[in-house]
Amino acid sequence: MSMTTEEPTSETAAPRIDTGRNRQARTNGVILLALAALAALVFAPDSSGIATFRLSRPTDAIPLSDLAVPAELSIQIAAALLAFLGVRQFLRGGARWTSVSLGLGLLIAVAAFLVWATAGKAFSLTGMLQATLVRAMPIALGGLAGVLCERVAVINIAIEGMLLAGAFTGALVGSLLGGIGGLAAAVGIGGLFGFILAALVVTYRMDQIIAGVVINLFVLGLTSYVSSQIFQEHRFLNNAPVFRAIKIPILGDIPVIGPVFFQQNIFVYGAIVMVVVATYYLFHTRMGLRARAVGEHPRAADTLGVNVYRTRYINVTLGGMVAGFGGAWFTLGSVGRFDEGMTGGRGFIGLAAMIFGRWHPVGAFCAALVFGFADSLQQKLALLGVPIPSEFLAMAPYVATIIVVAGLVGRARPPAADGKPYVKE
Amino acid sequence: MNETQQTMSLNHLLKAQRGGRSRFEDLVVVPIFAVIVALILGALIMLATNVEPARIAQSYVALLEGSVGSLNAVSETLTAAAPLVLAGLGLALGFRAGLFNIGAEGQILMGGMAAVVVGFSFSSLSPMALLPLSLLAGALAGALYASIAGALRAATGAHEVITTIMLNLISYRLLDYMLRLPSVQKEGRADPISKSVPEAAELPRLLSAIDPNLRVHAGVFLVLLAVVVVYWILFRSKIGFEFRASGENAEAARFAGIRSGIVIVAAMATAGALAGLAGANQVLGVLGRATPGFSAGIGFDAIAVALLGRSHPVGVLLAGLLFGALEAGGRQMQVDAGVSIDLIGIIQALIIVFIAAPLLVRAIFPWGFRKTTGREG
Repeated sequence: MSMTTEEPTSETAAPRIDTGRNRQARTNGVILLALAALAALVFAPDSSGIATFRLSRPTDAIPLSDLAVPAELSIQIAAALLAFLGVRQFLRGGARWTSVSLGLGLLIAVAAFLVWATAGKAFSLTGMLQATLVRAMPIALGGLAGVLCERVAVINIAIEGMLLAGAFTGALVGSLLGGIGGLAAAVGIGGLFGFILAALVVTYRMDQIIAGVVINLFVLGLTSYVSSQIFQEHRFLNNAPVFRAIKIPILGDIPVIGPVFFQQNIFVYGAIVMVVVATYYLFHTRMGLRARAVGEHPRAADTLGVNVYRTRYINVTLGGMVAGFGGAWFTLGSVGRFDEGMTGGRGFIGLAAMIFGRWHPVGAFCAALVFGFADSLQQKLALLGVPIPSEFLAMAPYVATIIVVAGLVGRARPPAADGKPYVKE
Repeated sequence: MNETQQTMSLNHLLKAQRGGRSRFEDLVVVPIFAVIVALILGALIMLATNVEPARIAQSYVALLEGSVGSLNAVSETLTAAAPLVLAGLGLALGFRAGLFNIGAEGQILMGGMAAVVVGFSFSSLSPMALLPLSLLAGALAGALYASIAGALRAATGAHEVITTIMLNLISYRLLDYMLRLPSVQKEGRADPISKSVPEAAELPRLLSAIDPNLRVHAGVFLVLLAVVVVYWILFRSKIGFEFRASGENAEAARFAGIRSGIVIVAAMATAGALAGLAGANQVLGVLGRATPGFSAGIGFDAIAVALLGRSHPVGVLLAGLLFGALEAGGRQMQVDAGVSIDLIGIIQALIIVFIAAPLLVRAIFPWGFRKTTGREG
């Protein structure tokens, strides 16, 4: 391997990125070709008839007619497109379009899959998209929490634990004080664990990954302990009100877009607002500039008078609060009841969304939508009676995460000081 | 405050070089403090959840009795410790190579499943052949499953923390699916449960002559063997040196001609083999069959064991015994005092916090250590 002598701070020296990129392009090409083969050889011969996608419910203000597609033909077209994208990866080396091709390819593959699954049946597309947004929220908020922390170079593996803590607190306090109180408490407890994480890694210089894992273990233990010790006996403590969907006037009546974006509950609106605010904060304010400087080159930021420790404390605590809000979704946003370990790895998927979204709030949100889609897809497919064992459908979001992390991480660049403790001189 | 910290860290570095007294503090004093503080905080949590002081005392007595108070208790402790040490050794080896493998849980499931399938598929073989074959199958399955994450890391740089967690979640579903396959599911059962392991594939119980209820089994020899082998790999073999070199400084190791990709895959595979062996140990020695989620969090506890053992084989053995004791004692605690065993999880997490952040322990207990801010002799 040819390595030039670079300054020791940039661990991935330039030549390695180039070879990595070529390899990346080839990997993605193989994935795309495999998807093309899957569509052409497995899905297409097996589908006949018309796949009907419903776009609106009869109760909607402006009803749309159903979307009907001939199944086999459209899958063949999808396979051809996938093959084209895959071959292009090998011929052109992908270059700037590698991850775009992969994203597009996955989208086409999913569409082909959906057509195959719906062939001869009818399927509510709007309903699935609505569920996509709802199910994406904890992932999006987890991802946003990750962005806030990693932009100041603190790796937050503890998002899972913070979500779980938020879910638990939301249920407990929500049962006592009502939904708003529960939500506030969930945000508070998320912030508290964010502060603890910051204290462990900034002040006590604990390894960031270990600190995160420990917080996860601790929260899992604590919430399971309390729910088996207390919730079993006192069920009224685990019976919180649920935030219902609020329809925004006029906008909520637009076909497809209305039900998807403007007939949602407070968590969806809250997440969208937070993504906008976080983007503005990180990229358009003085505080945000300082935060990013701390993530890229803490020594330089320190020299210019930025308090590195305080910036990290503030941002990681903010990240924790966002994760706490996301955690409340599990209880106050859906069932109103806490179950042990109910977050089911969503925090880690959120981390993957953050990487997929290239450490940008909007990117993380869009990536979360992809995972939300996979999540809602597997639920709806079970209803369609697809001849795939339900266990494999349930794996879809996880497999998607692995593909995304493996296929895209080479292209994305984390903040330069990510994961490194800073010792003031 | 920052100045003291800086001096502290400097001293910490110097002391790490010098060994001696500070090594003693790191290896003995910090863990002991960690356990004590964790137990105290555990008591406070019980207090906060409305457990009266008498019952707290009762539960800690039960914790002690259930872990070392009788022959049965010791047998239970050893039984609980065996898979923790096996999986912990694998994780420790990964840590040494700079890999943070969270995937032991999934590797245990895959290993255990493979051991069960091989066990009941070749039930006509003699025990001399079938038991090693089943164990080998478990190790191999674990190694292969872990290699997925290793290969992804080596080929694309995908972080193993995320991929192994996803592989864990996938393994639960995969296990559920496999347990319903007609060739695996126990005859006449509707719920997901595998056929039983034949006697020839079981790890024989060691003390059944004294009392047939004593569950300690031949897996403990497997554990001791694994400790020795991992020690040899890490500190006496070439590949072990490469593991450690890559873990200490990946860049320097690459410059020295160590092929990082091979090291990553080999380290993950070895770790997976040990975790798979832990799974096989569970199904062949304790459970006798595979059921959904039979790993029961061992893979996560093993992370704690590896950290607590400072990623050293002997340390992992001791830490595994401690966690096994907490596990066995925790069950007794739940029965005697009615305190949920989930409390043990909290105590374990607290122990690791204090182990992994020696600065925190020093901040809480300044008198347990030499003055870190003063001049060292």
